[in-house]
Amino acid sequence: MSVDTATVARIASLARIKVSQAEIDAMVPELNGILAWVEQLGEVDVSGVEPMTAVIENHLRLRDDVIDADPLTAGGVRDKVLANAPAAEHGFFGVPKVIE
Amino acid sequence: MTELTELGVAAIRDGVAKGDFTAVEVAEAFNANVAAAQDALNAFIVATPDAAIDAAKAVDVKRAKGEALGKMGGVPIGMKDLFATKGVQTTAASHILEGFKPEYESTVSQKLWDAGAGMLGKLNLDQFAMGSSNETSYFGNVISPWKRNDGGNAPLAPGGSSGGSSAAVSARLCPAATGTDTGGSIRQPAAFTGISGIKPTYGRCSRWGIVAFASSLDQAGPMARDVRDCAVMLEAMAGFDPKDATSLNLPVPEWEANLSGDLKGRRVGIPREYRMDGTDADVLASWDRGIEWLKDAGAEVVDVSLPHTKYALPAYYIIAPAEASSNLARYDGVRYGLRDLPDGANLQDMYAATRAAGFGAEVKRRIMIGTYVLSAGFYDAYYTQAQKVRTLISQDFRNAFTQVDVILAPTTPTAAFGLGDMVSDPLAMYLNDVFAVPASLAGLPAMSVPAGLNREGLPLGLQIVGKPFDEQGVLNAGLAIEARAQFTAKPEKWW
Repeated sequence: MSVDTATVARIASLARIKVSQAEIDAMVPELNGILAWVEQLGEVDVSGVEPMTAVIENHLRLRDDVIDADPLTAGGVRDKVLANAPAAEHGFFGVPKVIE
Repeated sequence: MTELTELGVAAIRDGVAKGDFTAVEVAEAFNANVAAAQDALNAFIVATPDAAIDAAKAVDVKRAKGEALGKMGGVPIGMKDLFATKGVQTTAASHILEGFKPEYESTVSQKLWDAGAGMLGKLNLDQFAMGSSNETSYFGNVISPWKRNDGGNAPLAPGGSSGGSSAAVSARLCPAATGTDTGGSIRQPAAFTGISGIKPTYGRCSRWGIVAFASSLDQAGPMARDVRDCAVMLEAMAGFDPKDATSLNLPVPEWEANLSGDLKGRRVGIPREYRMDGTDADVLASWDRGIEWLKDAGAEVVDVSLPHTKYALPAYYIIAPAEASSNLARYDGVRYGLRDLPDGANLQDMYAATRAAGFGAEVKRRIMIGTYVLSAGFYDAYYTQAQKVRTLISQDFRNAFTQVDVILAPTTPTAAFGLGDMVSDPLAMYLNDVFAVPASLAGLPAMSVPAGLNREGLPLGLQIVGKPFDEQGVLNAGLAIEARAQFTAKPEKWW
Protein backbone atom coordinates (compact mmCIF):
# COMPACT_ATOMS: atom_id res chain seq x y z
CA MET A 1 0.00 0.00 0.00
CA SER A 2 1.20 3.48 -0.69
CA VAL A 3 -0.04 6.96 0.06
CA ASP A 4 -0.69 9.87 -2.28
CA THR A 5 -0.95 13.59 -1.55
CA ALA A 6 -4.67 13.38 -0.76
CA THR A 7 -4.06 10.59 1.75
CA VAL A 8 -1.19 12.45 3.40
CA ALA A 9 -3.39 15.54 3.71
CA ARG A 10 -6.10 13.41 5.32
CA ILE A 11 -3.65 11.81 7.77
CA ALA A 12 -2.34 15.26 8.73
CA SER A 13 -5.89 16.40 9.33
CA LEU A 14 -6.62 13.34 11.50
CA ALA A 15 -3.39 14.00 13.41
CA ARG A 16 -4.30 17.70 13.83
CA ILE A 17 -1.07 18.90 12.27
CA LYS A 18 -1.24 21.83 9.86
CA VAL A 19 0.85 21.10 6.76
CA SER A 20 1.58 23.12 3.64
CA GLN A 21 1.34 21.66 0.15
CA ALA A 22 5.13 21.68 -0.05
CA GLU A 23 5.36 19.69 3.19
CA ILE A 24 2.81 17.19 1.90
CA ASP A 25 4.79 16.77 -1.32
CA ALA A 26 7.95 16.11 0.69
CA MET A 27 6.21 13.64 3.02
CA VAL A 28 4.71 11.44 0.30
CA PRO A 29 7.98 9.74 -0.78
CA GLU A 30 9.28 9.60 2.83
CA LEU A 31 6.17 7.89 4.15
CA ASN A 32 6.01 5.57 1.15
CA GLY A 33 9.62 4.55 1.73
CA ILE A 34 8.85 3.65 5.35
CA LEU A 35 5.56 1.92 4.50
CA ALA A 36 7.16 -0.16 1.72
CA TRP A 37 9.79 -1.28 4.21
CA VAL A 38 7.36 -2.25 6.99
CA GLU A 39 5.27 -4.20 4.49
CA GLN A 40 7.75 -7.11 4.73
CA LEU A 41 5.81 -8.01 7.90
CA GLY A 42 3.12 -9.34 5.58
CA GLU A 43 5.34 -12.32 4.67
CA VAL A 44 5.36 -13.62 8.28
CA ASP A 45 3.01 -16.54 8.92
CA VAL A 46 0.97 -15.41 11.91
CA SER A 47 -1.78 -17.99 11.73
CA GLY A 48 -2.87 -18.92 15.24
CA VAL A 49 -0.73 -16.16 16.79
CA GLU A 50 -2.36 -13.76 19.23
CA PRO A 51 -1.36 -10.11 19.03
CA MET A 52 0.74 -9.11 22.02
CA THR A 53 -1.07 -7.28 24.79
CA ALA A 54 1.56 -7.28 27.56
CA VAL A 55 5.32 -7.83 27.23
CA ILE A 56 5.73 -9.00 30.80
CA GLU A 57 2.97 -10.99 32.49
CA ASN A 58 1.58 -8.66 35.09
CA HIS A 59 -1.46 -8.60 37.30
CA LEU A 60 -3.76 -5.69 36.55
CA ARG A 61 -4.47 -3.98 39.81
CA LEU A 62 -7.60 -2.22 40.95
CA ARG A 63 -7.24 0.65 43.35
CA ASP A 64 -9.48 0.91 46.39
CA ASP A 65 -12.85 2.36 45.44
CA VAL A 66 -12.25 5.42 47.56
CA ILE A 67 -12.31 9.03 46.41
CA ASP A 68 -8.81 10.54 46.40
CA ALA A 69 -7.33 7.26 47.68
CA ASP A 70 -3.85 8.31 46.53
CA PRO A 71 -3.14 11.92 47.49
CA LEU A 72 -0.54 12.21 44.72
CA THR A 73 -3.01 11.48 41.96
CA ALA A 74 -6.09 12.79 43.71
CA GLY A 75 -8.10 15.93 42.96
CA GLY A 76 -8.20 19.26 44.74
CA VAL A 77 -5.19 20.66 42.87
CA ARG A 78 -6.93 22.99 40.42
CA ASP A 79 -4.29 25.68 40.56
CA LYS A 80 -1.49 23.18 39.96
CA VAL A 81 -3.39 21.74 37.00
CA LEU A 82 -3.79 25.21 35.52
CA ALA A 83 -0.30 26.44 36.37
CA ASN A 84 1.19 25.68 32.95
CA ALA A 85 -1.84 26.50 30.81
CA PRO A 86 -1.23 29.02 28.02
CA ALA A 87 -4.55 30.68 28.95
CA ALA A 88 -6.29 30.03 32.27
CA GLU A 89 -9.13 32.22 33.50
CA HIS A 90 -11.52 31.99 36.42
CA GLY A 91 -10.26 28.52 37.27
CA PHE A 92 -10.76 27.12 33.77
CA PHE A 93 -8.69 26.43 30.66
CA GLY A 94 -9.28 29.18 28.11
CA VAL A 95 -9.84 28.25 24.45
CA PRO A 96 -11.09 30.11 21.38
CA LYS A 97 -14.86 30.45 21.08
CA VAL A 98 -16.35 27.12 19.98
CA ILE A 99 -20.03 28.08 19.53
CA GLU A 100 -20.78 30.65 16.87
CA MET B 1 44.11 13.21 45.50
CA THR B 2 42.37 11.77 42.47
CA GLU B 3 40.50 14.30 40.43
CA LEU B 4 36.94 14.05 41.76
CA THR B 5 35.36 14.12 38.31
CA GLU B 6 37.26 10.95 37.38
CA LEU B 7 35.36 9.04 40.08
CA GLY B 8 32.26 6.97 39.43
CA VAL B 9 29.09 6.49 41.46
CA ALA B 10 30.32 3.86 43.94
CA ALA B 11 33.67 5.62 44.47
CA ILE B 12 31.96 8.95 45.20
CA ARG B 13 29.39 7.36 47.49
CA ASP B 14 32.10 5.51 49.43
CA GLY B 15 34.48 8.50 49.51
CA VAL B 16 31.79 10.82 50.87
CA ALA B 17 30.77 8.22 53.46
CA LYS B 18 34.39 7.78 54.61
CA GLY B 19 35.06 11.50 54.67
CA ASP B 20 37.77 11.48 51.97
CA PHE B 21 35.97 14.48 50.48
CA THR B 22 32.65 16.22 50.98
CA ALA B 23 29.60 15.94 48.79
CA VAL B 24 29.78 19.70 48.20
CA GLU B 25 33.34 19.37 46.85
CA VAL B 26 32.12 16.71 44.43
CA ALA B 27 29.14 18.78 43.29
CA GLU B 28 31.34 21.84 42.77
CA ALA B 29 33.81 19.87 40.67
CA PHE B 30 31.09 18.48 38.39
CA ASN B 31 29.27 21.82 38.21
CA ALA B 32 32.51 23.33 36.90
CA ASN B 33 32.86 20.63 34.24
CA VAL B 34 29.23 21.08 33.16
CA ALA B 35 29.69 24.83 32.73
CA ALA B 36 33.00 24.50 30.90
CA ALA B 37 31.68 22.00 28.34
CA GLN B 38 28.27 23.48 27.60
CA ASP B 39 29.17 25.59 24.58
CA ALA B 40 31.11 22.81 22.89
CA LEU B 41 29.02 19.73 23.67
CA ASN B 42 25.51 21.14 24.32
CA ALA B 43 24.81 18.13 26.54
CA PHE B 44 22.45 20.00 28.89
CA ILE B 45 19.27 21.92 28.11
CA VAL B 46 19.25 23.46 31.59
CA ALA B 47 22.04 23.29 34.18
CA THR B 48 20.96 23.30 37.83
CA PRO B 49 24.17 23.91 39.81
CA ASP B 50 22.26 25.19 42.83
CA ALA B 51 20.19 22.01 43.03
CA ALA B 52 23.38 19.96 42.98
CA ILE B 53 24.93 22.03 45.78
CA ASP B 54 21.76 21.97 47.90
CA ALA B 55 21.50 18.18 47.67
CA ALA B 56 25.20 17.84 48.49
CA LYS B 57 24.90 20.11 51.53
CA ALA B 58 22.04 17.99 52.83
CA VAL B 59 24.22 14.88 52.50
CA ASP B 60 27.15 16.53 54.27
CA VAL B 61 24.86 17.63 57.12
CA LYS B 62 23.52 14.08 57.45
CA ARG B 63 27.04 12.72 57.58
CA ALA B 64 27.99 15.19 60.31
CA LYS B 65 25.02 13.90 62.31
CA GLY B 66 26.01 10.30 61.69
CA GLU B 67 22.88 9.48 59.68
CA ALA B 68 22.68 7.02 56.78
CA LEU B 69 23.46 8.72 53.45
CA GLY B 70 21.52 6.52 51.02
CA LYS B 71 22.51 4.35 48.06
CA MET B 72 23.50 7.42 46.04
CA GLY B 73 24.54 9.61 48.94
CA GLY B 74 26.58 12.56 47.65
CA VAL B 75 26.49 11.51 43.98
CA PRO B 76 25.49 14.30 41.56
CA ILE B 77 23.83 13.06 38.38
CA GLY B 78 22.46 14.30 35.09
CA MET B 79 18.71 13.89 34.51
CA LYS B 80 17.48 13.21 30.98
CA ASP B 81 15.01 15.99 30.16
CA LEU B 82 12.25 13.44 29.70
CA PHE B 83 11.74 13.11 33.48
CA ALA B 84 9.37 15.61 35.08
CA THR B 85 11.24 17.60 37.72
CA LYS B 86 9.19 19.82 39.98
CA GLY B 87 9.78 23.49 39.27
CA VAL B 88 12.53 22.79 36.70
CA GLN B 89 11.78 23.12 32.98
CA THR B 90 10.98 19.74 31.42
CA THR B 91 10.85 19.80 27.61
CA ALA B 92 11.45 16.36 26.05
CA ALA B 93 13.71 18.54 23.83
CA SER B 94 10.60 19.85 22.06
CA HIS B 95 9.51 23.42 21.37
CA ILE B 96 5.98 22.34 22.28
CA LEU B 97 7.02 21.92 25.94
CA GLU B 98 9.43 24.85 26.13
CA GLY B 99 8.92 26.63 29.44
CA PHE B 100 6.90 23.77 30.98
CA LYS B 101 7.65 23.57 34.70
CA PRO B 102 6.00 20.50 36.19
CA GLU B 103 4.12 20.78 39.47
CA TYR B 104 5.22 17.27 40.33
CA GLU B 105 8.31 15.05 40.38
CA SER B 106 8.67 11.80 38.41
CA THR B 107 8.84 8.67 40.55
CA VAL B 108 12.31 7.70 39.31
CA SER B 109 13.87 11.12 39.90
CA GLN B 110 12.23 11.34 43.35
CA LYS B 111 13.69 7.94 44.25
CA LEU B 112 17.14 9.15 43.22
CA TRP B 113 16.87 12.31 45.33
CA ASP B 114 15.58 10.22 48.25
CA ALA B 115 18.69 8.03 47.84
CA GLY B 116 20.95 11.05 48.29
CA ALA B 117 21.66 11.97 44.65
CA GLY B 118 21.67 15.58 43.46
CA MET B 119 20.79 17.08 40.08
CA LEU B 120 23.43 18.75 37.90
CA GLY B 121 20.90 19.60 35.21
CA LYS B 122 18.47 18.41 32.58
CA LEU B 123 20.15 16.56 29.73
CA ASN B 124 19.52 17.09 26.04
CA LEU B 125 17.98 14.27 23.99
CA ASP B 126 16.29 13.54 20.70
CA GLN B 127 12.91 15.27 20.58
CA PHE B 128 10.39 13.10 22.49
CA ALA B 129 13.17 10.47 22.51
CA MET B 130 12.64 9.90 18.78
CA GLY B 131 16.03 9.53 17.18
CA SER B 132 19.35 7.70 17.26
CA SER B 133 21.79 10.59 16.96
CA ASN B 134 20.45 13.44 19.11
CA GLU B 135 19.91 15.50 15.96
CA THR B 136 16.15 15.97 16.45
CA SER B 137 16.36 18.14 19.59
CA TYR B 138 14.79 21.59 19.33
CA PHE B 139 17.66 22.77 21.54
CA GLY B 140 20.40 21.79 19.10
CA ASN B 141 22.58 18.75 18.49
CA VAL B 142 24.63 17.20 21.23
CA ILE B 143 28.23 16.80 20.07
CA SER B 144 30.02 13.62 21.09
CA PRO B 145 33.22 14.23 23.06
CA TRP B 146 34.84 11.52 20.91
CA LYS B 147 36.80 12.20 17.71
CA ARG B 148 38.08 9.80 15.08
CA ASN B 149 41.82 9.15 15.20
CA ASP B 150 42.30 10.31 11.60
CA GLY B 151 43.29 13.78 12.72
CA GLY B 152 40.06 15.16 11.27
CA ASN B 153 37.70 17.20 13.30
CA ALA B 154 34.36 15.79 12.13
CA PRO B 155 31.73 16.15 14.87
CA LEU B 156 30.28 12.75 15.78
CA ALA B 157 26.87 11.70 17.04
CA PRO B 158 26.70 10.74 20.73
CA GLY B 159 23.89 8.32 19.86
CA GLY B 160 20.28 8.76 20.79
CA SER B 161 17.92 9.30 22.14
CA SER B 162 19.85 9.59 25.43
CA GLY B 163 22.66 11.52 23.69
CA GLY B 164 23.04 14.22 26.31
CA SER B 165 23.35 11.49 28.93
CA SER B 166 26.00 9.55 27.00
CA ALA B 167 28.05 12.62 26.08
CA ALA B 168 27.93 13.98 29.64
CA VAL B 169 28.98 10.72 31.29
CA SER B 170 31.81 10.01 28.87
CA ALA B 171 33.08 13.61 29.03
CA ARG B 172 33.13 13.49 32.86
CA LEU B 173 30.41 16.12 33.24
CA CYS B 174 28.60 13.73 35.54
CA PRO B 175 29.47 10.33 37.02
CA ALA B 176 26.13 8.89 35.87
CA ALA B 177 22.89 9.93 34.23
CA THR B 178 19.40 8.66 33.75
CA GLY B 179 18.37 7.37 30.35
CA THR B 180 15.23 5.94 28.87
CA ASP B 181 15.10 3.14 26.32
CA THR B 182 12.21 2.60 23.92
CA GLY B 183 14.12 0.87 21.11
CA GLY B 184 17.75 1.15 22.18
CA SER B 185 17.96 4.69 23.53
CA ILE B 186 20.12 3.71 26.50
CA ARG B 187 22.23 0.99 24.90
CA GLN B 188 23.07 2.60 21.54
CA PRO B 189 24.34 5.93 22.97
CA ALA B 190 26.25 4.04 25.68
CA ALA B 191 27.97 1.98 22.96
CA PHE B 192 28.78 5.08 20.90
CA THR B 193 30.52 6.82 23.81
CA GLY B 194 32.31 4.00 25.62
CA ILE B 195 30.13 3.84 28.72
CA SER B 196 27.76 1.28 30.28
CA GLY B 197 23.98 1.41 30.39
CA ILE B 198 21.22 -0.99 31.32
CA LYS B 199 17.57 -1.11 30.37
CA PRO B 200 15.87 -3.25 33.03
CA THR B 201 12.90 -5.55 32.56
CA TYR B 202 9.83 -3.62 31.43
CA GLY B 203 8.04 -2.49 34.58
CA ARG B 204 11.07 -2.40 36.93
CA CYS B 205 11.25 1.41 36.85
CA SER B 206 8.08 3.44 37.14
CA ARG B 207 7.08 5.38 34.05
CA TRP B 208 5.11 7.89 36.16
CA GLY B 209 6.33 11.37 35.33
CA ILE B 210 8.37 10.31 32.28
CA VAL B 211 7.15 12.07 29.13
CA ALA B 212 5.51 9.21 27.24
CA PHE B 213 6.71 8.10 23.80
CA ALA B 214 5.60 4.46 23.34
CA SER B 215 4.18 3.26 26.62
CA SER B 216 4.49 -0.50 26.01
CA LEU B 217 8.23 -0.05 25.33
CA ASP B 218 9.44 2.93 27.40
CA GLN B 219 11.69 1.95 30.29
CA ALA B 220 14.12 4.02 32.35
CA GLY B 221 17.61 2.91 33.32
CA PRO B 222 21.02 4.18 34.42
CA MET B 223 23.99 5.17 32.24
CA ALA B 224 27.35 5.21 33.99
CA ARG B 225 31.01 4.43 33.51
CA ASP B 226 30.98 0.84 34.70
CA VAL B 227 28.78 -2.11 35.55
CA ARG B 228 28.92 -1.65 39.30
CA ASP B 229 27.78 1.95 39.04
CA CYS B 230 24.85 0.85 36.85
CA ALA B 231 23.89 -1.73 39.51
CA VAL B 232 24.02 0.85 42.30
CA MET B 233 21.96 3.40 40.43
CA LEU B 234 19.41 0.89 39.13
CA GLU B 235 18.74 -0.19 42.72
CA ALA B 236 17.93 3.43 43.54
CA MET B 237 15.69 3.89 40.48
CA ALA B 238 13.70 0.64 40.50
CA GLY B 239 10.74 -0.40 42.60
CA PHE B 240 6.98 -0.81 42.64
CA ASP B 241 4.91 2.29 42.05
CA PRO B 242 1.12 2.15 42.39
CA LYS B 243 0.89 5.23 40.14
CA ASP B 244 2.08 3.21 37.09
CA ALA B 245 -0.36 0.47 36.05
CA THR B 246 2.46 -1.55 34.45
CA SER B 247 4.85 -1.27 37.39
CA LEU B 248 6.11 -4.65 38.63
CA ASN B 249 5.14 -5.39 42.21
CA LEU B 250 8.41 -7.11 43.07
CA PRO B 251 11.10 -6.35 45.64
CA VAL B 252 14.23 -4.65 44.27
CA PRO B 253 17.12 -7.17 44.33
CA GLU B 254 20.51 -6.26 45.78
CA TRP B 255 22.19 -6.16 42.40
CA GLU B 256 25.40 -4.53 43.60
CA ALA B 257 25.96 -6.92 46.52
CA ASN B 258 25.38 -9.92 44.25
CA LEU B 259 27.70 -8.87 41.43
CA SER B 260 29.95 -11.71 40.29
CA GLY B 261 31.92 -12.06 37.09
CA ASP B 262 32.33 -15.81 37.61
CA LEU B 263 30.18 -17.42 34.91
CA LYS B 264 30.94 -21.11 35.67
CA GLY B 265 27.87 -23.16 34.90
CA ARG B 266 26.25 -20.32 32.92
CA ARG B 267 25.27 -20.71 29.29
CA VAL B 268 25.58 -17.84 26.84
CA GLY B 269 23.62 -17.83 23.59
CA ILE B 270 25.01 -16.44 20.34
CA PRO B 271 22.10 -15.61 18.02
CA ARG B 272 23.05 -16.59 14.49
CA GLU B 273 20.56 -14.18 12.88
CA TYR B 274 22.51 -11.23 14.29
CA ARG B 275 25.37 -11.98 11.86
CA MET B 276 23.88 -9.69 9.28
CA ASP B 277 25.26 -8.65 5.93
CA GLY B 278 26.79 -5.22 6.09
CA THR B 279 27.79 -5.41 9.74
CA ASP B 280 31.11 -3.69 10.26
CA ALA B 281 34.14 -6.03 10.38
CA ASP B 282 35.43 -4.42 13.58
CA VAL B 283 32.03 -4.96 15.22
CA LEU B 284 32.09 -8.65 14.27
CA ALA B 285 35.67 -9.00 15.56
CA SER B 286 34.66 -7.38 18.84
CA TRP B 287 31.75 -9.81 19.14
CA ASP B 288 34.15 -12.74 18.64
CA ARG B 289 36.42 -11.37 21.35
CA GLY B 290 33.40 -11.06 23.64
CA ILE B 291 32.60 -14.73 23.08
CA GLU B 292 36.16 -15.68 24.06
CA TRP B 293 35.98 -13.48 27.17
CA LEU B 294 32.79 -15.13 28.38
CA LYS B 295 34.31 -18.58 27.80
CA ASP B 296 37.31 -17.43 29.80
CA ALA B 297 34.91 -16.42 32.59
CA GLY B 298 33.66 -20.00 32.69
CA ALA B 299 30.55 -19.79 30.54
CA GLU B 300 29.52 -22.35 27.97
CA VAL B 301 28.77 -20.77 24.61
CA VAL B 302 25.75 -22.06 22.67
CA ASP B 303 24.55 -21.24 19.17
CA VAL B 304 20.90 -20.10 19.31
CA SER B 305 18.33 -19.00 16.76
CA LEU B 306 16.02 -15.99 16.97
CA PRO B 307 14.29 -16.57 13.63
CA HIS B 308 12.12 -13.44 13.55
CA THR B 309 14.98 -11.00 14.20
CA LYS B 310 14.73 -9.31 10.79
CA TYR B 311 11.10 -8.41 11.44
CA ALA B 312 11.75 -6.69 14.77
CA LEU B 313 12.65 -3.31 13.31
CA PRO B 314 9.69 -3.01 10.91
CA ALA B 315 7.33 -4.15 13.71
CA TYR B 316 8.86 -1.55 16.00
CA TYR B 317 8.33 1.17 13.39
CA ILE B 318 4.62 0.40 13.38
CA ILE B 319 4.08 -0.14 17.11
CA ALA B 320 6.17 2.76 18.44
CA PRO B 321 4.69 5.41 16.09
CA ALA B 322 1.18 4.07 16.73
CA GLU B 323 1.61 4.50 20.47
CA ALA B 324 3.33 7.86 19.97
CA SER B 325 0.50 9.18 17.83
CA SER B 326 -1.97 8.56 20.63
CA ASN B 327 0.35 9.62 23.48
CA LEU B 328 1.24 12.88 21.76
CA ALA B 329 -2.41 13.76 21.15
CA ARG B 330 -2.25 15.47 24.55
CA TYR B 331 -0.19 18.38 23.14
CA ASP B 332 -3.06 20.55 22.04
CA GLY B 333 -2.16 24.06 23.17
CA VAL B 334 -4.78 23.99 25.92
CA ARG B 335 -3.36 22.50 29.10
CA TYR B 336 0.38 23.14 28.99
CA GLY B 337 3.15 24.05 26.63
CA LEU B 338 3.04 26.01 23.43
CA ARG B 339 -0.11 27.57 21.96
CA ASP B 340 -0.20 28.98 18.44
CA LEU B 341 -3.44 30.88 17.88
CA PRO B 342 -3.52 32.51 14.44
CA ASP B 343 -5.87 35.49 13.99
CA GLY B 344 -9.44 34.35 13.66
CA ALA B 345 -8.55 30.72 14.31
CA ASN B 346 -11.11 28.36 15.78
CA LEU B 347 -10.31 25.56 18.22
CA GLN B 348 -9.46 23.00 15.52
CA ASP B 349 -7.22 25.51 13.75
CA MET B 350 -5.45 26.21 17.03
CA TYR B 351 -4.74 22.52 17.62
CA ALA B 352 -3.31 22.10 14.11
CA ALA B 353 -1.27 25.32 14.20
CA THR B 354 0.10 24.57 17.69
CA ARG B 355 1.18 21.06 16.72
CA ALA B 356 2.68 22.25 13.43
CA ALA B 357 4.74 24.90 15.23
CA GLY B 358 5.64 22.79 18.26
CA PHE B 359 6.70 19.40 16.89
CA GLY B 360 9.91 18.77 14.95
CA ALA B 361 10.04 16.98 11.59
CA GLU B 362 10.85 13.50 12.95
CA VAL B 363 8.10 13.75 15.57
CA LYS B 364 5.59 14.75 12.90
CA ARG B 365 6.77 11.91 10.66
CA ARG B 366 6.16 9.36 13.41
CA ILE B 367 2.80 10.80 14.42
CA MET B 368 1.74 10.64 10.76
CA ILE B 369 2.89 7.01 10.39
CA GLY B 370 1.16 6.11 13.64
CA THR B 371 -2.05 7.85 12.65
CA TYR B 372 -2.04 6.05 9.31
CA VAL B 373 -1.43 2.54 10.67
CA LEU B 374 -4.18 3.00 13.26
CA SER B 375 -6.70 4.49 10.82
CA ALA B 376 -9.85 2.68 9.77
CA GLY B 377 -9.17 0.07 7.10
CA PHE B 378 -5.44 -0.22 7.83
CA TYR B 379 -5.42 -1.15 11.52
CA ASP B 380 -5.40 -4.92 11.04
CA ALA B 381 -3.00 -4.95 8.11
CA TYR B 382 -0.40 -2.91 9.99
CA TYR B 383 -0.94 -2.66 13.72
CA THR B 384 -2.49 -6.05 14.49
CA GLN B 385 0.02 -7.77 12.20
CA ALA B 386 2.90 -5.99 13.96
CA GLN B 387 1.61 -7.01 17.39
CA LYS B 388 1.39 -10.64 16.22
CA VAL B 389 4.95 -10.48 14.95
CA ARG B 390 5.89 -9.02 18.31
CA THR B 391 4.42 -12.12 19.97
CA LEU B 392 6.62 -14.27 17.73
CA ILE B 393 9.73 -12.23 18.56
CA SER B 394 9.00 -12.66 22.25
CA GLN B 395 8.52 -16.41 21.73
CA ASP B 396 11.89 -16.58 19.94
CA PHE B 397 13.56 -15.27 23.08
CA ARG B 398 11.53 -17.55 25.33
CA ASN B 399 12.65 -20.55 23.27
CA ALA B 400 16.28 -19.45 23.33
CA PHE B 401 16.14 -18.97 27.10
CA THR B 402 15.21 -22.63 27.57
CA GLN B 403 18.79 -23.33 26.40
CA VAL B 404 20.78 -20.38 27.69
CA ASP B 405 20.92 -17.89 30.58
CA VAL B 406 21.89 -14.76 28.63
CA ILE B 407 22.43 -13.75 25.02
CA LEU B 408 25.51 -11.91 23.72
CA ALA B 409 25.40 -9.68 20.63
CA PRO B 410 26.83 -6.41 19.40
CA THR B 411 24.96 -3.31 20.59
CA THR B 412 25.12 -1.52 17.24
CA PRO B 413 26.06 -2.47 13.65
CA THR B 414 28.65 0.36 13.46
CA ALA B 415 30.57 2.74 15.69
CA ALA B 416 29.41 6.35 16.02
CA PHE B 417 28.65 8.07 12.72
CA GLY B 418 29.15 11.72 11.88
CA LEU B 419 26.53 14.34 12.61
CA GLY B 420 24.53 14.91 9.45
CA ASP B 421 25.56 11.59 7.86
CA MET B 422 22.14 9.97 8.28
CA VAL B 423 19.64 12.81 8.51
CA SER B 424 18.59 12.72 4.88
CA ASP B 425 17.57 9.05 5.09
CA PRO B 426 15.23 8.20 8.00
CA LEU B 427 15.38 4.47 7.17
CA ALA B 428 19.19 4.31 7.36
CA MET B 429 18.97 5.97 10.77
CA TYR B 430 16.34 3.49 11.97
CA LEU B 431 18.57 0.56 10.94
CA ASN B 432 21.17 1.59 13.51
CA ASP B 433 18.88 0.13 16.20
CA VAL B 434 18.63 -3.27 14.51
CA PHE B 435 20.35 -5.15 17.37
CA ALA B 436 18.72 -3.16 20.16
CA VAL B 437 15.04 -3.24 19.21
CA PRO B 438 14.27 -6.98 19.60
CA ALA B 439 14.92 -6.94 23.38
CA SER B 440 12.75 -3.82 23.68
CA LEU B 441 9.85 -5.48 21.90
CA ALA B 442 10.13 -8.43 24.29
CA GLY B 443 10.49 -6.24 27.42
CA LEU B 444 13.76 -7.94 28.38
CA PRO B 445 16.62 -6.58 30.49
CA ALA B 446 19.55 -5.64 28.26
CA MET B 447 22.78 -3.74 28.73
CA SER B 448 25.67 -2.40 26.72
CA VAL B 449 29.24 -2.45 28.03
CA PRO B 450 32.32 -1.02 26.31
CA ALA B 451 34.31 -3.70 24.48
CA GLY B 452 37.13 -1.78 22.84
CA LEU B 453 37.98 0.71 20.13
CA ASN B 454 37.58 0.24 16.40
CA ARG B 455 40.17 1.09 13.74
CA GLU B 456 39.08 4.74 13.89
CA GLY B 457 39.67 4.90 17.66
CA LEU B 458 35.94 4.93 18.43
CA PRO B 459 34.24 2.85 21.14
CA LEU B 460 32.27 -0.31 20.38
CA GLY B 461 29.76 -1.87 22.76
CA LEU B 462 28.70 -5.43 23.45
CA GLN B 463 25.13 -6.16 24.42
CA ILE B 464 23.87 -8.71 26.92
CA VAL B 465 20.18 -9.63 26.90
CA GLY B 466 18.67 -11.56 29.80
CA LYS B 467 15.53 -13.35 30.89
CA PRO B 468 12.70 -11.31 32.35
CA PHE B 469 13.63 -10.13 35.88
CA ASP B 470 17.23 -11.40 35.53
CA GLU B 471 19.06 -8.08 35.61
CA GLN B 472 21.59 -9.85 37.84
CA GLY B 473 22.53 -12.31 35.10
CA VAL B 474 22.91 -9.43 32.65
CA LEU B 475 25.03 -7.35 35.03
CA ASN B 476 27.22 -10.33 35.89
CA ALA B 477 27.94 -11.15 32.26
CA GLY B 478 28.61 -7.45 31.73
CA LEU B 479 31.06 -7.51 34.63
CA ALA B 480 32.87 -10.53 33.13
CA ILE B 481 33.28 -8.63 29.84
CA GLU B 482 34.33 -5.44 31.58
CA ALA B 483 37.04 -7.27 33.55
CA ARG B 484 38.54 -8.64 30.33
CA ALA B 485 37.99 -5.74 27.95
CA GLN B 486 39.99 -3.49 30.31
CA PHE B 487 38.39 -0.51 28.61
CA THR B 488 40.10 2.59 29.94
CA ALA B 489 39.93 4.81 26.86
CA LYS B 490 38.28 8.18 27.25
CA PRO B 491 37.82 11.05 24.88
CA GLU B 492 40.74 13.43 24.74
CA LYS B 493 39.59 16.77 26.07
CA TRP B 494 39.15 19.34 23.27
CA TRP B 495 36.27 21.38 24.69
